[in-house]
Amino acid sequence: MARLFSDNMFKNAFLNNLKWLAFFLLVPTVMGLAMAMIFNNKFPGNRVFKMAFFAPLVISPVVVAKIWEAMYRPDTGLINSVLNTITGIPIKDLPGWMADPNLVLWCIIVAAAWRQVGYVMILYLAGLKSLDSTLLEAATVDGANRWQQFWNVIFPLLGPVTVVVLVISVIDSLRAFELVAITTNGQPGGASQVIANYMYIEAFNNYNMGYASATAVVLLGIMLVFIIPYLIRTARTELEY
Amino acid sequence: MRRRQISPLMLIGLTIFTLLWLVPIFSALYTAVRTQGDLTANGFFSLPRELKLTENFMTAWSTGKINVYLKNSFIITVPALIGMLGLSSLAAFALARYKFRGNLLIYFMFVVGTMLPYQILMIPVFYLTQQVGLYDQYGAVIAIHVAFQLGFCTFVLRNFMRTVPGEILEAARMDGAGEFRLYYQIMMPLSLPALAALGTLEFTWIFNDYLWAIVLFKDANKYPATAGVNALKGQFITDWPILIAGSLIATIPTVFVFTFLQRYFIQGLTLGSGK
Repeated sequence: MARLFSDNMFKNAFLNNLKWLAFFLLVPTVMGLAMAMIFNNKFPGNRVFKMAFFAPLVISPVVVAKIWEAMYRPDTGLINSVLNTITGIPIKDLPGWMADPNLVLWCIIVAAAWRQVGYVMILYLAGLKSLDSTLLEAATVDGANRWQQFWNVIFPLLGPVTVVVLVISVIDSLRAFELVAITTNGQPGGASQVIANYMYIEAFNNYNMGYASATAVVLLGIMLVFIIPYLIRTARTELEY
Repeated sequence: MRRRQISPLMLIGLTIFTLLWLVPIFSALYTAVRTQGDLTANGFFSLPRELKLTENFMTAWSTGKINVYLKNSFIITVPALIGMLGLSSLAAFALARYKFRGNLLIYFMFVVGTMLPYQILMIPVFYLTQQVGLYDQYGAVIAIHVAFQLGFCTFVLRNFMRTVPGEILEAARMDGAGEFRLYYQIMMPLSLPALAALGTLEFTWIFNDYLWAIVLFKDANKYPATAGVNALKGQFITDWPILIAGSLIATIPTVFVFTFLQRYFIQGLTLGSGK
């Protein structure tokens, strides 16, 4: 335990998990809600469009990692090829993406978010479907514009869904493993390390089982800080029956 | 909630955004039909000098052993699904329909179990399989999937079974049906929608699992498709077209399930979000 808290690699991984968490709480939540509001309208091809956003969700994280890794490749990847074509900047002066210690973590988080947005969207769409429209009609009669309707009626009514989305974001950010393990394994120099992958390396590559178990306990502790309030809330509603 | 029409301008914007969203998938498909030599020489953003419409897929399938890995995925997924739905429906029936001391406590244990980061179980489960002689066996991976997913499945099914009107069960009891008969002749058929949704969702999850495969298998010939795709790296180091082609083959089963059972998949996700 004591060794764990003075271990720079662990500190790094811990901070990376927190960055991941901050990004996940914000970006996929906002995007997913925005997409759900759009898809809640009638338009041709609605179903096909929706499927495009769900698709990443069924692709295994291993494959998502491979696909994005190929896109990020500095020399033959899609991203730098497009940038090179548009801006004319030679490939060697463009970002190295996953080879760049300052960018690598964000590269992985973006790939993870690509899977997450569809998930958040599904949850919000289900919430919107079950919304009571009489309240909205009342707001319309009272002359609320669409923006006011959203902020003062729809968003508050979606509160329970938002709680679930945030809990899922916390769980998924702390569980982050595959994308890191497959693309960089925490390299370069621990810049993209996350707790779960660090635990795996310590346990199965370095055979420090005790040390890895200590890491597991810390990970559990972080998780509990976030989910205990939620569980207490759930328990209260359950006991009201 | 009432649904409105959207403006044509917005539809155009949405179309562009959706196409951008799918760029990773297009790029994967485009990579899979090229050759690495062509990529290295001319970059990604070039017309392919030579197209390999099937060769990369064939190489990944046979030389890369994706055929073996995919078969393994099914060897793991199918029994795990059956075991999971069977056990969790029994547990859910008891929790939803019977009053007994500790009912809620047990239910909460299942709920908490769904939220734990499963990585924390990595080391204990690894030791456990070694102790009971299941290490490097399909049985170990099947068992851990059943055990770990029981929490989620029981939670969803229990809440579903509570919505069934009690009179149906009472009437059957009056007619002299035993408790087990109530479960498999009344509760199970009534729970089919939830079972179908869970089955679809869990199929995808177990099929896509990577961690348990690499922790519990020593022999790469037993790997499921996820771990297998990563093992391709050892064989084709940086031959991206082949690596990506193999990855694409590995996703066919889940994409197939999703395409045809999309409704159930989405129901499963929303059922599980604590409704």
